[in-house]
Amino acid sequence: MRLLASITRLYHQFASPPYFYRLSGLWLPYIMGLFALLFVAGLYGGLILAPVDYEQGEAYRIIYVHVPAAWMSLFIYMVMAITGGISLIWRLKLAEIVMISSAPIGASFTFLALVTGSIWGKPMWNTWWVWDARLTSELLLLFLYFGVMALYNAIEDKRTAARAVAILALVGVVNIPIIHYSVEWWNTLHQGPTITKFDKPSIHLSMLIPLLIMAVAFKLFYIGNLFMRVRTELLVREQKSKWVAKLLESNS
Amino acid sequence: MLTAWTQIFKRDLLIAFRRRSEIIHPLIFFVMVISLFPLAIGDDKVLLQKIAPAIIWVTALLATMLSLDNLFRSDFEDGSLEQMTLLKTPLSFLVTAKITAHWFITGLPLILITPLLAVLLYLPVDTISMLLLTLLLGTPTLSLIGAVGIALTVGLRQGGVILSLLILPLYIPVLIFATLALQNTEQGFSAEAQLAMMLAILVLAITLSPFAIAAALKVSLN
Repeated sequence: MRLLASITRLYHQFASPPYFYRLSGLWLPYIMGLFALLFVAGLYGGLILAPVDYEQGEAYRIIYVHVPAAWMSLFIYMVMAITGGISLIWRLKLAEIVMISSAPIGASFTFLALVTGSIWGKPMWNTWWVWDARLTSELLLLFLYFGVMALYNAIEDKRTAARAVAILALVGVVNIPIIHYSVEWWNTLHQGPTITKFDKPSIHLSMLIPLLIMAVAFKLFYIGNLFMRVRTELLVREQKSKWVAKLLESNS
Repeated sequence: MLTAWTQIFKRDLLIAFRRRSEIIHPLIFFVMVISLFPLAIGDDKVLLQKIAPAIIWVTALLATMLSLDNLFRSDFEDGSLEQMTLLKTPLSFLVTAKITAHWFITGLPLILITPLLAVLLYLPVDTISMLLLTLLLGTPTLSLIGAVGIALTVGLRQGGVILSLLILPLYIPVLIFATLALQNTEQGFSAEAQLAMMLAILVLAITLSPFAIAAALKVSLN
């Protein structure tokens, strides 16, 4: 019971804006530093150390950006849905802000995955775009992100807007698997997944390790970027509160 | 509980029959947009026959979305929606009455007029019956999913454009399965799998979307 109580206390503490602002400020340089380190390491491993693919030649190396970006696009939508659920149930302001701030980052990653996929498709399939299942569902994910952002911008009161967006994100998350499988049955040209088969990945270890490093780097980038956005949003929303006034005083 | 449901259902039907334009306008839209396609493509029988299911389905999708606009609007504006939230009967249950009434007003006439349009697009008879079946299974799902979007945007001034951004991506599974079923029928295969999927999506929409609609309406009423 004591443990549970201290966990709840920690949770509420972390969700309080001034506490989060201070803590995230402390963590931010480390997160971004670690990101830079892993990003360079992952790129070096992927672009220089990893062997050439026997079938796709050098062109396959774009996976070191494409695949992590595609993973992030789904991951961030999940984060949005989960924080949306939290903000609907417990009305946590921080959860709302995390959800809203995630949307543009997620949309950017989705866009990046689409662009890199298209660049990869040109030498491999000899066309910029095919109406293939995975490309299409990624495109639809981008539309879902656009819907979330449009709805948030359309509602003036930002707390109401966040609640509306939370509902939309939850509806979207129920629909994502349905959309995914419907599109899958509709058409498939994309190569099957090579990484998710964890028991025996069909990708060589020297190619896999840089990819995983890049995936971690992208996650750190997301967290760092998210922290920056959340901090700004917190300052804007709480501009009339005491802790912001204090912060301004100590800074000037 | 059931009396409140039937009251709302009857009331909505009555209002619709007093203001028939609400029933007729989406239908005219449906007919007009479909007749634009032969005009744009030319009187190419083979091509039209091939793309007719897609034309009819995409237009039905848009017509349903447009007709949804007045699902909650007048109730929202005159305050009766607020009264509904105060009833003992849960709002998530009551909205199903409104949606069912709305489907009878807009979805059903659309299905009834489709055979005529299908003939205009040179569809063979057995494809027409499959087309009607997919519309029968699909349009209630479209109404239910669309109602979530309309509940979120009912208080907004430029709700229409945003509504399409919100719900068109969610409409895609229905569109895909319906057109796949029609393709299969045209090629002489069975369309049972697609119809089963459409039914499954409908059941899922019936069970889950009322809760989302009620929550969204409460946010909009805030």
